[in-house]
This record gives sequence, structure tokens and C-alpha cells, in this order.
Amino acid sequence: MSFGDYMLFIIGAILVNNILLAKFLGNCPFLGVSRRMDTATGMSMAVIFVLTMAGMITWLVQYYILVPLDIEYLQTIAFILVIAALVQLVEIVMAKSLPALYRALGIFLPLITTNCAVLGVAIINIQAEYDFFDTLLFSFSSAVGYSLALILFAGIRERFAMARIPKVFQGTAIGLVTAGFMALAFSGFAGLVGH
Amino acid sequence: MSLQKEFTKGLWEIVPPFRLVLGLCPTLAVTTSAENGMGMGMATTFVLVFSNLLVSLLRKFIPSNVRIAAYIVIIASFVVIVELMMQAYTFPLYRALGIFIPLIVVNCIILGRAEAFAGKRGPLESIADGLGVGIGYTISLTVLGAFREILGSGTLWGLKVFWSGFEPFTFMVRAPGAFVALGVMLALINFISLKLEERKRRAVS
Repeated sequence: MSFGDYMLFIIGAILVNNILLAKFLGNCPFLGVSRRMDTATGMSMAVIFVLTMAGMITWLVQYYILVPLDIEYLQTIAFILVIAALVQLVEIVMAKSLPALYRALGIFLPLITTNCAVLGVAIINIQAEYDFFDTLLFSFSSAVGYSLALILFAGIRERFAMARIPKVFQGTAIGLVTAGFMALAFSGFAGLVGH
Repeated sequence: MSLQKEFTKGLWEIVPPFRLVLGLCPTLAVTTSAENGMGMGMATTFVLVFSNLLVSLLRKFIPSNVRIAAYIVIIASFVVIVELMMQAYTFPLYRALGIFIPLIVVNCIILGRAEAFAGKRGPLESIADGLGVGIGYTISLTVLGAFREILGSGTLWGLKVFWSGFEPFTFMVRAPGAFVALGVMLALINFISLKLEERKRRAVS
């Protein structure tokens, strides 16, 4: 691929095929932590970090352990264990060496194990038969797309405090409808990358 | 008596994904038709019932500080079983649900029930709880899928429901429609439970 192809690949992963709004991965934390801007940015940073690491490590596990041993059917178990172990490891290392960052991300790290964006992107990397560099690029740009959507959404959601919302729509219901309109806006980016 | 209560609470009181706002990703992604919604719900129910049973049977042996990891391994094993069975017997459905079958592992409903219920209660109660929540989830997904399929493609279970000149409302089967449809259904459920509460209060006074 040329440089231009890589740019298209990155823009496609961030805007057009946004993992949150177009592929529906990682919606529980999306609605859970988006009530306030600071928690949304904390979660975004944690997702970028873990998703990129997990994408690379699961790729290595797939091609250096599962394929040579001919046990690809254990992919799901192997990947979720790798992700859980990785999250735990990151937590321990960060607590020791980067206490400031650990305090900022601390509570979001355990939540990431069950964020389906992480496992989802790891599986997409394998299904799309990406090589190692593509995997790195795709994992990172997907995570950036996730963060972009999460932070924008948190910005909108903070304004709900000042809006008069019908009683039955309060809470998650209005959040979902708003996310729908955001997804509609993001689908407008489809014209950016030709098929 | 109590078994029945554990079962029925999953159908209304804590029905996912409306009361327990968990397991949203498959809810949004696969409900483009009633059939896909039902398939996903049934696969999730299978995993939920068996993981609840196993977690409950092993609850005295699993040390509490590694319990989450143990639960994840149990759930992942059943997901692999479902994955292989669907590949063998219901291949078209397997293709339609795609990546969301392995992602049942991280469906927070299952881990949530293991942590909140099965890890503390007996095996029979845990099966009842798993069945109730699973069937509640299946019904929710089927209804949401039917709603989106009727409006979005003008069909139900693949059969035409409208006259021939009907222009389907494709917005509903696309990504943005999923969020809006789920939001509207959640509001509807809120509305019904508000009305029920009001009636109960009036009956008391």
C-alpha cells in the first residue's frame, strides 16, 4: 500500500466504519461513562492504550501459537484470557511506574476487559487477514474513532442537564436516540472513502 | 414458589436490555430482522443457563479473588461450544450474526448474572434465573428485530406484510435506526411501567 492508501485506511477506520456507531462495539461503557466529560476522556485514553496493545498481542498469539498448534477454534478463549491478563498487567505496571496516570485511568481499566470493542477489533484483525503493521494501524485508529465518538457524545450529554426532557425519555432512552443521530451524522462521512 | 419467582423476574422486573441496561452491542447490531434477534437471544440463553449452573456448582471451590477470571473462562468455554454447534447446524444464521457470536463472551448480562446471582445461590435457582433472564432477553431482541424488520424492509420472518407499492423505511435497518429504535422502545417500557405503578398506587389508596 502507498502512503495515500494508509491515510484512507486510517480515515475509514476513524470516521466511516466507526467501531462504536457503525459496528456497534463497546456500547455499554459508551452509555455508562459518557455522563461527564472527565470520565469520558479517562475512558478514551484507557481504550486507546489497551486496544492497541491487545490488537498486537492477540495477532502474535494467533499466528505464533494458535495456527502452528492447529487450535484456532480456541481463539475466543485464548483472546479473552490474553486481554484479561493484559489489563491486569497494565494495571500493576502502571500503578508502580506511572502513579499519576494510574490515578487518572485506575477505575476504567478493569472495565475494559468486558468492553467488546477490544475483543471485537482483535477478531476483526484476524478475520480481515491483516498483517502485523495493518493490525497495529487498524487497532490504533479504531480506538481513536471510539474516543472521538465517546468524547463528542459526552459533550452533548452534559447539555442534557439544561434541557427539558420528557419523563419517559430521561436517562438511557434519550442517550440512545442522541447516539442514533450521531450515527446518522457519521454515516455522512461514507462519501469520503470510495468503495 | 421461589424458583418461579426467580424465573419470572427475568421476564419483566429486570428484563435485559431495558431494565438491566447491559448487552447493548448485540442488541443493536443483530436486530435487523426478527429471526436474527431470536437466534442471538437463544444462543445467549444457552450460554447463560449453563454458565449460571456451572458457576453455582463451583461457587464453593472458586477463590473469591480470582472469581472474575474463573467466570470468564467458564463463559468462554460455553461460547466456543455454541460457536461450533451453530457452525455445524445453523450455518446461515452463524454467518448473519458473524462476529457477535464470539462476542457473547463479553456480553455483560452473563458475567453480571454470574457475579450478582449464580455465585451466591444454589444450582436450581441459578438455572431458573438464567432461563428467565435469557428468555426475557430473547423476547426483547425478537420484538425489537420484528419492529425494525417490518418498518425497515417491510417483511416479517421473510414474509411481506405490506402492499406491493410500499416503500420500506430503510433508515430502520441501518446503524442509526438501531439506536433510535432501541431508545424509543426503552421510553415505551418506561411509559408502561410508570402507568402500572400509578394504577397500583391508586388501587392501594
